[in-house]
Amino acid sequence: MILIKGGTVVDPVRGKEEKRDIIIEGERIKDILPQGKIPKENVFQKIINAENMIICPGLVDMHVHLREPGHEYKEDIESGTLAAVAGGFTAVACMPNTDPPNDNSSVTSFILRQAEIKAHCRVYPIAAITVGRKGERLTEFGDLKKAGAVGVSDDGRSVLNSDLMRRALEYAKYHGLAVISHCEDPYLSEGGVMHEGEVATMLGLMGIPSESEEIMVARDILLSKLTKAPVHIAHVSTKGSVELIRRAKEEGIPVTAETAPHYFSLDHRAVIGYDTNAKVNPPLRTEEDVEEIKKGLKEGVIDVIATDHAPQSPLEKDVEFDKAEFGMIGLQTALPLTLNLVREGILSLPEAIKKLSYAPASILGIPWSNIEIGARADIVIIDPDYSYVLEERHIFSKSKNTPFLGKRLSGIVKFTIIEGKIIYEGFF
Amino acid sequence: MSGFRHKDLLSIKQLSVDDINLILEVASSLKELTQRDIKKVPTLRGKTVINFFYEPSTRTRTSFELAEKILSADSINISASQSSIMKGETLSDTARNLDAMNPDLIVIRHSSSGAPHFIAKKVRAGVINAGDGINEHPTQALLDLFTIKEKKGGFKGLEVAIIGDIAHSRVARSDIFALKKMGAEVTVSGPPTMIPKGIESLGVKVCYDPAEAVRGKDVIIGLRIQLERQKKVLFPTLREYSTFFSIRKEIVELAKPDAIIMHPGPMNRGVEIMSDVADSKRSVILDQVINGVAVRMAILYLLIGGKNE
Repeated sequence: MILIKGGTVVDPVRGKEEKRDIIIEGERIKDILPQGKIPKENVFQKIINAENMIICPGLVDMHVHLREPGHEYKEDIESGTLAAVAGGFTAVACMPNTDPPNDNSSVTSFILRQAEIKAHCRVYPIAAITVGRKGERLTEFGDLKKAGAVGVSDDGRSVLNSDLMRRALEYAKYHGLAVISHCEDPYLSEGGVMHEGEVATMLGLMGIPSESEEIMVARDILLSKLTKAPVHIAHVSTKGSVELIRRAKEEGIPVTAETAPHYFSLDHRAVIGYDTNAKVNPPLRTEEDVEEIKKGLKEGVIDVIATDHAPQSPLEKDVEFDKAEFGMIGLQTALPLTLNLVREGILSLPEAIKKLSYAPASILGIPWSNIEIGARADIVIIDPDYSYVLEERHIFSKSKNTPFLGKRLSGIVKFTIIEGKIIYEGFF
Repeated sequence: MSGFRHKDLLSIKQLSVDDINLILEVASSLKELTQRDIKKVPTLRGKTVINFFYEPSTRTRTSFELAEKILSADSINISASQSSIMKGETLSDTARNLDAMNPDLIVIRHSSSGAPHFIAKKVRAGVINAGDGINEHPTQALLDLFTIKEKKGGFKGLEVAIIGDIAHSRVARSDIFALKKMGAEVTVSGPPTMIPKGIESLGVKVCYDPAEAVRGKDVIIGLRIQLERQKKVLFPTLREYSTFFSIRKEIVELAKPDAIIMHPGPMNRGVEIMSDVADSKRSVILDQVINGVAVRMAILYLLIGGKNE
C-alpha cells in the first residue's frame, strides 16, 4: 500500500480542491480520507509526503508526435512516453505523420505493440484521415478503430477537398472516431516561416497570415454544422479562430478545440534572433492573439490544452531559419506553463487540470479515472511552486528543441503513478 | 578608432548613429585610394578574408574583393557551385570548417534570411552580411547613405522614395533602417502585393502610386524586380508592371528638380526603370558602385584593421 499524505487533491470534474490523504492498494485507490484520519493499523510500503503539493488525476495529451515508426532518431515511443510521464501525462495520443504514416491497421497495431513493450504510459494512436495523408481517399476507419485507433487526423495538413472532409466527418461519427483537424490553407501559408506581421517584416522572413488558419476553421465548423458530426480543431493559434469557435458553440455546433501552451505563453517576438526552436506551425502569433487564446481558455471556448509535442533533431533545427523544420517539444513544459494561467487568475486549478485531462479524454472517448475510491490509481503529484531554469539535461525527449531552454519555469512533477505503480519520480 | 565595437556587421539595426557616421567618415577618407594610380596600401597585410557567396553576385563580390585587395588583405573567394554545399554539407559545418583555417573575416551572401546571424554564433572570425535572403544588405545601405551624403550633404529632413518589390528586397529593409536612423523621411511604393504587412511599424509611409510617392522627393531609389525570388505571382505580367510601376521620365519630373535616382543593381531596364532615366544626369547609379568599394574598405578596416598589437 502507498500513502500520499498532506496534499491538495484536485477534482477537475466537480471543480473542487480539498486537502485529502490517499491510500493506494494494488492498482486502485483504496481510500480517500480527511487529513489525520489514517487508521493506525495500516502498514505502508511507501509514504509520500505531499505537503504543499497538488495531487491530480493523470494528465492526457491528445496531440503528440512520437515519431515511431520512421523517425526514431528524433523520438521513439520509449523516449517520448518517458518525457510524457515526467510531464505528468499518463496517456498520450500520437499523430499519424510517421514513416510509413499510420493510415492502415497494421501500422496502428505496430504502434500499440511497441507501446506494450516499451511505453511508460498509455499510448492511443490517431490514424490518418486519408491514405498517405494525401487528401485523396479515406482510410479504412472501421478497420483502424478495430486495431485501436481512437481518432483520425491528417495532422500537418488540412484535408483540402471539402467534400472528402464532409464524408470523413460523417463516416468517423458512425465509427465513434474523433476527427482532429489541422486547419491551414496551404496556398496562403506557402513559403511562410513565421506569423505574417511587423516582426516578420522586420526580420525579413516570409509570413503566414492568421487567415490561413481561420479559413479552414470556418470551413470545418460549417461542415460540422452540415453533418451534425463533431469536429475537433487542433492547435488554435489566432484570435479569429477563437471568435469563430465561440460563435459556433453558441449555435450549438458540435465543435471542440485545443490550443498548445506556446500559443498562450509566447508571441512572434520569440523568433527575433532567428531562433529555429521558435519556428512552429501554426506560427507564434501576436500579443493580441495570445490574449484572446487566454480569454478562450477562460470562457471554455477552448476545451483542451495539448502540447503538439514535435521533436526535431539538430539536423532539422541547427540550420538556416527558412530551411528548419517546424515544431517544438512540449511534454515537460506544458504543466508549468499551464500553471502560469492559474497564477495569473485566468483558470482555476481544477479548470486547468480539466483541460489537461478529463476534457481531452472525453473528446477521444478513452478510459480515464478521476481520484475516487475504487478508481484506477492514475495520479500525478506536483510541486506547483518549484522554480527552476530549464536545461537540456532535464529533458527526456531525444530532441531538445524548445524555446523555453534557459527560461525560468515554475511547477514540477514529483511523482507520476499509473495503476498504482510509481512510474516516475522527479529528480529535483 | 575606438568607437567601433563590433565583431560582425550583420544588420543596420545593430549600428548606432555614431557607428554609421564613423563608417561614412572613414569611407570618405579612403575613397581617394580608389582613384590612385597604384591602388594599394598595407593596412590589412597578413589578414585573411573569405568571401563566401551562396548566391550569384557581380557587384557586391567584386566590390568586396577590390576593397580587400586595395587594403592588402588576402582574400579567398568561394561560391556555392564550387563548394561542399554541393556535396550536402550543412551551413554550420561549412562555416566551422572555414573558421578552423583561422580567417579574420567571413563575408557571406546567402539566400536564407538570418544565415549570417546563424554562422556568426558559430565562428570565431568576424562576419559581414553581404545580403541575406529578403532580410538585409547592410553594406548596400551604407554605400547608399554615403552616396546620398555626398550628393545632398546630409540626411535630416531629406525625403526619400523607395519604389518596387519592398516585400522581397533586402536593400529596401536596410535602406529603411539606415535612412530612418539618420533622420530622413521614407516613403515606400509599389503594387500592394509587394508591400509587406506591418511595414508602417518601421516608420515609413506607404504610397502605392509611384507618381504620388516621388512627388517633391529628394531621392528616388528603384529596386530590382527579383524574378528569381518570385515564388508566388505578385503581378500579372512584366509589361503590366512596367506600365504602372516603372520609374520613368514623367514620374521623375514630379520629384524635386535636383532629385537623384539610385538603384542597387542589377537593373532590369525597361521593367522597373527606363533606360533614359537610368542614364540621365540625375542618375547616381555608377557613383553608388565606386562608393561601394570605399564603404567596404571602411568596414573592413573598422572590423579588423587598427587592432594590431
